[in-house]
Amino acid sequence: MRQSAGIVSIAARQFRTGPLPGASVTRGEWAALSRDLASGSLDLLSLWADRGGVLMALLHQGSRRIGIARLVVRDRAFPSVGLVHAPAQRLERAAAELFGLAAEGATDSRPWLDHGRWGLRHPLAGKAGATPAEAPTEPMPDAVAADYPFLPVHGDSLHQVAVGPVHAGTIEPGHFRFTVQGETVVRLEARLGYTHKGTDALMTGATVARGAELAGRTSGDSTVAYAWAFAQAVEAALAAPVPARAFWLRALMAELERLANHLGDVGAICNDAAFAMMLAQCSVLREQVLRACDRCFGHRMMRDCVVPGGVARDLDGDAHGVLRNLLETIRDALPALTALYDGTASLLDRTVGTGRLDPALARRFGAGGYVGRASGRDFDTRRDLPYAPYDMLKLEVPRRSDGDVNARVWIRIEEIGQSLSLISQILAQMPQGPVRADLPAADEPCEGLGLVEGFRGDVLISVALDGDGRIARCHMRDPSWFQWPLLEAVIEGNIIADFPLCNKSFNCSYSGHDL
Amino acid sequence: MGLILALVVQGIQMLLVVALAPLLVGITRKVKSRLTRRRGAPLVQPYRDILRLMRKEVVLADNASWLFRVIPYMIFAATWVAAALVPTFATGLQFSWTADLIAIVALLGSARFFLALAGMDVGTSFGGIGSSRETMFASMAEPAMMLTVFSLALIAGSTQLSTVAEYMASPQVGLRVSLGMALVALVIVAITENARVPVDNPATHLELTMVHEAMVLEYSGRHLAMIELAAALKLLLYVSLIGCVFFPWGIAGSDDGLAGHLLGAALYGAKLVVAGVLLAVFETSIAKMRVFRVPNFVGVALMLALLGTLLLFVSRSL
Repeated sequence: MRQSAGIVSIAARQFRTGPLPGASVTRGEWAALSRDLASGSLDLLSLWADRGGVLMALLHQGSRRIGIARLVVRDRAFPSVGLVHAPAQRLERAAAELFGLAAEGATDSRPWLDHGRWGLRHPLAGKAGATPAEAPTEPMPDAVAADYPFLPVHGDSLHQVAVGPVHAGTIEPGHFRFTVQGETVVRLEARLGYTHKGTDALMTGATVARGAELAGRTSGDSTVAYAWAFAQAVEAALAAPVPARAFWLRALMAELERLANHLGDVGAICNDAAFAMMLAQCSVLREQVLRACDRCFGHRMMRDCVVPGGVARDLDGDAHGVLRNLLETIRDALPALTALYDGTASLLDRTVGTGRLDPALARRFGAGGYVGRASGRDFDTRRDLPYAPYDMLKLEVPRRSDGDVNARVWIRIEEIGQSLSLISQILAQMPQGPVRADLPAADEPCEGLGLVEGFRGDVLISVALDGDGRIARCHMRDPSWFQWPLLEAVIEGNIIADFPLCNKSFNCSYSGHDL
Repeated sequence: MGLILALVVQGIQMLLVVALAPLLVGITRKVKSRLTRRRGAPLVQPYRDILRLMRKEVVLADNASWLFRVIPYMIFAATWVAAALVPTFATGLQFSWTADLIAIVALLGSARFFLALAGMDVGTSFGGIGSSRETMFASMAEPAMMLTVFSLALIAGSTQLSTVAEYMASPQVGLRVSLGMALVALVIVAITENARVPVDNPATHLELTMVHEAMVLEYSGRHLAMIELAAALKLLLYVSLIGCVFFPWGIAGSDDGLAGHLLGAALYGAKLVVAGVLLAVFETSIAKMRVFRVPNFVGVALMLALLGTLLLFVSRSL
């Protein structure tokens, strides 16, 4: 812990306002940090690679400080963190195949995002300034790609159910391999990567403006959170001044986004238990939020509204009235909806006790958002690593410890209440002034970190700019990276027919994860 | 002349059930939509769906057997015959002597057997899951149905549906506890057999929770049309059955004239609408239950039907 205390020492106000002091670590320190992660004294925020090394973003919960550790990679290999700390495994697999690195000692070396359909291998390894030897770029042989061995399960009368990547409904693609005994799930293993868009490669060499657009298109339902995190990272890297009003407008958008998603999901969870009434009522409210967003910001999902340096447009004269009406509508409807949920015994019978996430597991994986908070992990970026304007707002972070589908629904309902309160605080306190400032030019390479609470959890974006102000490397980590593995744990011992409920209560992002 | 007329009436009955079955589905969907603040598809949408499916090509899995191809027609035929046997607007039709309750149960049972086979034919996991769940539910629902039939037979003195319906329409039946139990049991069986909420969700797109839909997931084109029509017929069958046994008001007897038959037809139409609305209201107000809760739910039907039958042995007037 002594070693890590030196590295994990960056307070929120430091990395929120200035470029990132990345600490170069030795292999010994890297291993020590891995051990600290495994022992639970540190939380993993992300793990990624760039042209010269691998990086870890770490969080020390007690002191609310973070740290970035960079290990320079030699011979295309680095000591595996996933070996001792499971949450790092998939991040490591993704980093390894994008850059052609090898995680030494890793127990799982199967490809993760690369399904052998890219036409090349290790797409980021060959970019400018690649490390020693050029990585092989011929595509993965079909035989390797087709043969993805799922983890073996041994036992009597087990059979496998393969679901996806094409589903019966119109949803994002992902493959779920269930091993079941009758109706009881013995093991679930997900295979993702079907929505890989090569965002990392597109980002490399892009201008900041283009990068902001790409970030906003990473996961459609979290476009504000992503755009904000990207803007934060760029502004921090350049130490750019941002007008105060822009922060308030960003927070307003972020809360509207949270509101829309939570309303939609509460309805959708109930609909998965064939309780269509709740979906109908929630969809009406969600639609009203989206229309208000369209009216105030010119886009239903508020895409491209947050830009580095500020926001794209200011509210006009009627916007306050529109938003106040919206708040009133939702405040009027919410108690009845909550009562409908809480008063329908047949619905509670499905959600209570279903898909229980062990608090210890949630803590170990550093599960963000409602997934973590429903299982006792008391963490919210808005409160614990505060950024403007949340440091000036009153926010209560709901927390429960039962960890089942019901708890996740309740966290969302309580967060809806919090978002409503935040929006009215923002409307009342928002300062006047300009909403956008020009970014200063970059004179030398610099790095910045953005960490924003999206509706799913903390979205982390790390941006490295080169001397011309172009993006040298941009890493985006969706909260789903740490939630997908937990979904696999949650369904064990439940019946297979309850998977849609568990899945919907997690509602992990495919697109944000597959990049 | 009398024979020709009787055959015509019988023919009308057979066509009527096929013609009305999609409408009942349409009514239920429409009311459900209105209850969930949606406008809903027009009432004739199920007809359009069936026509559309009829015109589409059939996509078959490579390893589908001949059984997979013939089963939709077998299911449709068995269900159609069963539905045509249940008195709708008139009793004492030409073929009413075949309308034995046990025959109807057997026809539906064979349709289910073949559907479960079809679910497993292609070998996808969803079909297998659906078939296994369907069989689990049926193992409770079929005995419950049989016991209900026994209660009715003990009261009416016959298992022939036409006779049962005529007896139920007569004033001598009175108010009986066992009939009440049989009604509840039959409603539960009807919900289970027709894959309605809370047992199954006919509108779901979630493969893992499906029962009926999972078995027919591999079907397309005219095969699917046959199965959809058979499912609609089955719903109509149960509504007609409950209608003619428990609410036989206005049903035309064999010696009623044209006016009596028309009145019977009008009242039958009204019964269908009421049933469709009630089903939609019930489905909207309840969530789907866990798969393993369903046997308890159907078990209630079984116990009620058993109790009803036993009561009749204790006293003929209960």
